[in-house]
Amino acid sequence: MHRTGLSLGIHQLEHTQPSSRLNHHHHHHSTTTASTNYLHTLSSSHLSQHHQDLQIESITMNQFPHGWGRPRDDVYGAYDNSYLNESQPITHTQRPIVTGTSVLGVKFKDGVIIAADNIASYGSLARYDNVERLLQVGTHTVVGAGGDISDMQYLHLLLDNLLIKEQYPADDHQLYAPQVHTYISRVLYQRRNKFDPLWNSILTAGADPKTSEPFLSYVDLKGTTYSAPALATGYGAHLAIPILRRHVADEEAVSNLTQEDAQKLVEECMKVLWYRDARSGVKYSWAIITKDGVTTGSKEIENQSWKFAEMIKGYGAQNI
Amino acid sequence: MTSIGTGYDLSNSVFSPDGRNFQVEYAQKAVENGPTTIGLRCKDGIILACEKLITSKLLVPGSNKRISTIDRHIGIATSGLVPDGKHFTNRAREEAISWRRNFKDSVPVASLADRMGSYAQAYTLYSSVRPFGITAILGGADDDGPALYMIEPSGMYWGYFGAATGKGRQAAKSEIEKLNPTELTLLQGVKEAARIIYVAHDDNKDKEFEIEMTWVTKDSKSATAAATGGKGMVWNGWVHEDVPKELLEEASKEAKKALEEDDEDEGETKEEKMDEDL
Repeated sequence: MHRTGLSLGIHQLEHTQPSSRLNHHHHHHSTTTASTNYLHTLSSSHLSQHHQDLQIESITMNQFPHGWGRPRDDVYGAYDNSYLNESQPITHTQRPIVTGTSVLGVKFKDGVIIAADNIASYGSLARYDNVERLLQVGTHTVVGAGGDISDMQYLHLLLDNLLIKEQYPADDHQLYAPQVHTYISRVLYQRRNKFDPLWNSILTAGADPKTSEPFLSYVDLKGTTYSAPALATGYGAHLAIPILRRHVADEEAVSNLTQEDAQKLVEECMKVLWYRDARSGVKYSWAIITKDGVTTGSKEIENQSWKFAEMIKGYGAQNI
Repeated sequence: MTSIGTGYDLSNSVFSPDGRNFQVEYAQKAVENGPTTIGLRCKDGIILACEKLITSKLLVPGSNKRISTIDRHIGIATSGLVPDGKHFTNRAREEAISWRRNFKDSVPVASLADRMGSYAQAYTLYSSVRPFGITAILGGADDDGPALYMIEPSGMYWGYFGAATGKGRQAAKSEIEKLNPTELTLLQGVKEAARIIYVAHDDNKDKEFEIEMTWVTKDSKSATAAATGGKGMVWNGWVHEDVPKELLEEASKEAKKALEEDDEDEGETKEEKMDEDL
């Protein structure tokens, strides 16, 4: 009789169930998945032999195809997904690796001057001493980067592609410092929103080719931007800005500052940084942007005096 | 058109019994009516030139360009269906950018031509797509100097000293064959290209046209850092840019004059002949 459990289907079987076998479990467990499968694993002879002993909770079919042919939860326990989980949360860049230090920028009446030394540090080790951290972007813009050098190089690639794409329309239109600055700030802000920032602080300097209006703006790894007559990143933000502000406090001061004075000012600040910033280098690159375009050069800190070192206890060899 | 009605021309993925892919041949037909487009490989650069018929007086002069920049050092000219040309150009640009990303270097012209050949060929294999209705002339320069390639709807591409496609290709080809590409300079090439476009145009002379002409040169007078990239950017020293306006105008004027003189000569010889006949 009970062989019909297989051949005649579930309904038939349900009708042939002696009511005594519908124990109280049945009412509590509305899930029917397991019992149906269990029945199918039994041969008809088994069924007829042992049906009195079977604890059949319920016998409707599992209506979810997902469960068909899978190990039953009531037999094997719930599936263990844990091996799929990462043992740790996903992490992105946590810190910069090879780094550049300060970038300085000062507006003057006809343009901007920007400077950055050529050191790339690996921790406190001065790993490379010939790294160019100023990049000319188009005709009237220079981008200086502090922070992670490889992120800077990636940014240079993006800027290179940006310039190439700007040439596609062949309409003589081109990008100037405000556009380049905005582009970089969008990239950096987008990356910080992915929790995978480009670890840089960046100065974009430029001049308008028609009005010679100078442009200088800052953006960092969080996408924060601001602008000022004189800017500095990294250690320079602490050491150079107070000096720079004495000379170019506001836009009025900018319109009175000559290119020569601006150059001297930057030289002075680079020297202070060379003395005080242990990640700085003696050689630095500079660029001046006016309405006529970009002029670049390289310089070494001159007229150094380390006499003060004698006064500092614990600095170098000395008799106490 | 023996192919029509046989059923072998309905799909890309079907050969005819004699081994032809009719869809590809139809695509080539689309190019045969396109604007005359030529490329010259000179000893110091590449010239791309295109005859652009003015289909409406409402069009802004110089609009609807058929020659595009792929990368700083490579240009492309297409003849045939305009939208197909745009898509093909976009793909070439993506390939050039991708090469930069992978290798931090400008893509060699031969490599780009190879990739674009493969791209065109892929559109001859599947029933869900049709071949490109264009022929593309790809010109650029790399460490091995100037290079010129022409890619056809079949995906076939060859390197050339001079290439011509579109309506006036036969006339243009026979003119190019008279040149000596190993001695030809860019400045001479500009004049020759203008002349060839005028010669090839002869057959439908009533229509107004303008010449679009670009070159790939190592000593550009006009390219700024905006085009070449500033110091520190990836660039091999060659620039694809418009041929300077004054130079093109001068070349066009000379070409026009030379052609008119030829016509007069022909007129004279005919008259002489008639005299002899009398």
